[in-house]
Amino acid sequence: MDQGTIGSIFTVVVFVCFVGVCLWAFSSRNKKSFDEAANLVFDDEEKKNLNKKDQES
Amino acid sequence: MSETSQVHPDYNYKVVRQFTIMTIVWGIIGMSLGVLIAAQLFAPALNFDIPWLTYSRLRPLHTNAVIFAFGGSALFSTSYYIVQRTCQVRLFSDKLAAFTFWGWQAVIVAAVITLPLGYTSSKEYAELEWPIDILITLVWVAYIINFFGTLVIRKTSHIYVANWFLGAFMLTVAVLHIGNSMVIPVSFTKSYSIYAGAVDAMMQWWYGHNAVGFFLTAGFLGMMYYFVPKQAGRPVYSYRLSIVHFWALTSLYIWAGPHHLHYTALPDWTQSLGMVMSIILFVPSWGGMINGIMTLSGAWHKLRTDPILRFLIVSLSFYGMSTFEGPMMAIKTVNALSHYTDWTIGHVHSGALGWVAMVSIGSIYHLIPILFAQPKMYSTRLIDIHFWLATIGVVLYIVAMWMSGVLQGLMWRQVNSDGTLTYSFVESLEASKPFYIVRFIGGLFVVVGMLIMAYNCYKTIRTPKESIADNTASAAA
Repeated sequence: MDQGTIGSIFTVVVFVCFVGVCLWAFSSRNKKSFDEAANLVFDDEEKKNLNKKDQES
Repeated sequence: MSETSQVHPDYNYKVVRQFTIMTIVWGIIGMSLGVLIAAQLFAPALNFDIPWLTYSRLRPLHTNAVIFAFGGSALFSTSYYIVQRTCQVRLFSDKLAAFTFWGWQAVIVAAVITLPLGYTSSKEYAELEWPIDILITLVWVAYIINFFGTLVIRKTSHIYVANWFLGAFMLTVAVLHIGNSMVIPVSFTKSYSIYAGAVDAMMQWWYGHNAVGFFLTAGFLGMMYYFVPKQAGRPVYSYRLSIVHFWALTSLYIWAGPHHLHYTALPDWTQSLGMVMSIILFVPSWGGMINGIMTLSGAWHKLRTDPILRFLIVSLSFYGMSTFEGPMMAIKTVNALSHYTDWTIGHVHSGALGWVAMVSIGSIYHLIPILFAQPKMYSTRLIDIHFWLATIGVVLYIVAMWMSGVLQGLMWRQVNSDGTLTYSFVESLEASKPFYIVRFIGGLFVVVGMLIMAYNCYKTIRTPKESIADNTASAAA
């Protein structure tokens, strides 16, 4: 196999992977879990507040 | 909610505090050095005929200080913070965290000593000699173990997207640093690269551009994906887009290096490949920028009252601008005009001051009150002033460099009808002088902003809690 063939195969493989990532990311099956993940930024905040209340009471 | 929540994990904020403070300190030092060497370009006498203060020795010190000391400390601090908060668990190892802090500071101090003394491997952004390179590797491996160790022991089921970017940044920088720093030492302070000729150049810019792509982009995108949603009080615009953004960005960036070597001894096909990959990079870059900015969709009014959010969003605007400019400059015909001119310097600073510094500054303003248990920053007014100083400073800087750069490019390629050059190099240098003065003023604005930030942070940390709660600038007066 020469360099050109390897390059072509690699390009196709990367393209297929990219399409795969897009399908996976935008499939409706994963929507719920991605929404959960997006809210991780705020998740420990609520716990913190809860604990604060615990300490205050 | 309460049934799933456990005792609030006792986070390791000590290492985050240390790195945050040092980010500000190294930022001031690194940027001040930049202002000094900017002044030397129109007033060469400012090197005072001292070898240690010459442009050639201070320039690598400036780049190392702003990228690895300022940017690096910002990345250490925010990554340690983000990984704990989004995994809801304390850092994997406090000892490793302390080692990374003191080790990284030792690396920087070593750079501050050796670079002005003239010890250099002469590889751009990798100037440090081999003993320091080994220390960097040790610190970096400890960092990776600590970060990924924390991901392994996480209490959440998902790994938040910011951690993906931060993880990619760490792993890739390890590969880049080790790959490019392969040398044969001839003495304790001198070594030679194992690569030669065009291969050496290719390795250098494979490293160099991915230092931009992973150190200065992926790492700071991790910062963006945490602090923009947090400060805006709403989740990221599209988590799905962020996944596509991650995979597209990380798989494309690694190929862009050859655009630094257009029209050199590098094989032509490699140059063209680098150009094409650089142009494609525009797509994921803007995907990420849009994702960050659109997080504010429906809450744009917050920009009016919150200067911290303004720092974060304007940093994304600069990111969008420089990731549009970069692919354009990577086109060979454009590069024929822009390469080796001040345009490149302007482009770098629109990324480094506009994107990297501003997103870090916004994140630090968010972090300082949390880390030091204060309700908020000492003075919102001073943050606002800092924001305008930084923005005006960066705009002055990059506009001056655009004009100077295009002027240089045009003058250098101008030929007379008999084929001789119309202008000598010195003539183009004289033409650039006014722009060098404007650039110096722009840089000064940025440094003054950093000093105001240091004052504001100092007051926030030192002021007793009660007095901050019910005032802003009035107490300062």
